[in-house]
Amino acid sequence: MTDAPLNLPPTGDNLLLADAGTGTRVDLVDVVKDYGSTRVLHGLDLRIRPGEFVSLLGPSGCGKTTALRVLAGLEDASGGSVLMDGVDVSAVPVNKRDIGMVFQAYSLFPHLRVRENTAYGLRRRKVARAEALQRAQDALELVGLGGFADRYPHQLSGGQQQRVALARALVTAPRVLLLDEPLSALDAKVRVQLRDEIRRLQLRLGITTVFVTHDQEEALAVSDRIAVMNAGRIEQIGTPEELYSAPATAFTAAFVGLSSIVSAVAEGARARVWGRELTLLEPASGDVELFLRPEHLSLVPSGSGDAQGIVQESTFLGSIRRTLVRTDAGELVRVQHDAALRPEFGESVGVRLSDHPVTSRPLTPA
Amino acid sequence: MSRAAGDIGPAPVTRWIIGALVGAIFAIPLVSTLLYTLQDADGALTLDHWISLFSAANPSVIKPLTAGLGNSLVLAVVTVVIVIVLLAPTMILVNLRFPGMKAAFEFIALLPISIPAIVVVVGLTPIYLQIGRTLGTGAWTLAFAYGVTVLPFAYRSIQASIDAVDLRTLTEASRSLGANWATVFITVLVPNLRSGLLAASLISIAVVLGEFTIASLLNRQVLQTALVVVGKIDPYASAIFTLLALTFCFLLLLALGFAARGRSRKVRS
Repeated sequence: MTDAPLNLPPTGDNLLLADAGTGTRVDLVDVVKDYGSTRVLHGLDLRIRPGEFVSLLGPSGCGKTTALRVLAGLEDASGGSVLMDGVDVSAVPVNKRDIGMVFQAYSLFPHLRVRENTAYGLRRRKVARAEALQRAQDALELVGLGGFADRYPHQLSGGQQQRVALARALVTAPRVLLLDEPLSALDAKVRVQLRDEIRRLQLRLGITTVFVTHDQEEALAVSDRIAVMNAGRIEQIGTPEELYSAPATAFTAAFVGLSSIVSAVAEGARARVWGRELTLLEPASGDVELFLRPEHLSLVPSGSGDAQGIVQESTFLGSIRRTLVRTDAGELVRVQHDAALRPEFGESVGVRLSDHPVTSRPLTPA
Repeated sequence: MSRAAGDIGPAPVTRWIIGALVGAIFAIPLVSTLLYTLQDADGALTLDHWISLFSAANPSVIKPLTAGLGNSLVLAVVTVVIVIVLLAPTMILVNLRFPGMKAAFEFIALLPISIPAIVVVVGLTPIYLQIGRTLGTGAWTLAFAYGVTVLPFAYRSIQASIDAVDLRTLTEASRSLGANWATVFITVLVPNLRSGLLAASLISIAVVLGEFTIASLLNRQVLQTALVVVGKIDPYASAIFTLLALTFCFLLLLALGFAARGRSRKVRS
């Protein structure tokens, strides 16, 4: 009952929606961050367009949260600068940066009711109490919690608390909305629901948003662009489609979406694998490993196709099925196929390659 | 007080018996003292000692006691100020900014509990020589020593309430919403650490009112030293004041218990 889908009220009735602007341009320029002698950000460059939803995606420890905290002003950069609409805000403390932030941990003030929590930012901006509370109510309506204003945080579910945190971050109409893994403490269903609502709300308000996550599915679902981060650097930045269909680096290919790794011999823009020739996204030469998407492989009767193998396992995923095959060469590949096809464990099958361009990396000595 | 299925520990009846036994053992000296103040030379019950004390017929008894009590109350206030203004912000700073120093800080804060007061005085004497020259020899200066004495108790109380909330996230949330440090302190930290600060204050008052060794060896007149002095002139007056002081401390500790209960109710969520 409480996590019901969001119904946005008409624009005219809601101060927040009426104030929706065009968004702020945000630039991270050559940002470096050191902790003692450890460098966690290596000259990060990120240009975010006004009103854009950009995700920082990467494994834990890749520096994505640090990048967000530098942008927020919660951490000082060791080098480089942060610009908002072209103005250097590197020296501006967090409380003067005019940001809205939602944290991974529940961050509502336990001693304040939901309404006062939401009005907190407005009160700090010297908005009169009555007006602040009214605007807080508007913001709570936006996240579907208008009826919960008199509750205390501990009387809310995790998902509701994060919604209030979102309302609290948005109510001041900040220049940029920063989301630091706000969904990772929630259970799967609420996570997907809130994720989609955040995106809808962000589009409606036109607010520039930076979203930190380690969940590639989450990033693919909501972002205008995704910056894939690895070891303090941006590996690749692009739309979800670009990242998925044309990963520029092996890391991106492995991290975004599911891939099987097979060895091949590269010659310029072509690679020989399983007696076939595939186009490479980036030219290479010598022994390489290729990243093959499960949907670019198909299951065929034993004896036909490009490689032969034995079924290791098969997973039912609703409309599709994913089958793990060990080829005669000993490589494990995941094949995606129609759920109607039900290969048995130990069955001999053939695997066929399609002609999609693929990503490669030089062969690493085992 | 319903007994949950997985409840560990003795049954309610056993608990009450244990409580009553322990209470009785603690009550023996108190009741004895009370009876002592209610007896005349022949052993008959009388209120004479109480009446004569409060009719102020005996200035040689009343004067040191009121002076000592006055000094102790001033000391209690100054010590609480030290705890709230110096210790609490330092602890918040250590927890937020220098978490690596937490272990060292805790060790130092708990150290005074393991050092006998008599040893502390040896170290304090030259320091108080200097304090006497610069700040005078007023009894209130003892609060510096008491600030150290109450450190372990105040530290534990405040740390418990710091551990009960996600101090860092709350602070960062407040900062990101536009609050400067002073505002963070007043609107977020104090309300959420309220029970810990209250408990630290109450326990500091209780310790200060009960302290004898340091005050006596540094020649300051406080409640406890006055009780000893008066005890030599009028043992009845000394006993009566001891009872009153203990009652006061007992009430403080009760209040402390309620403060702690307020905290645990809030934490559950």
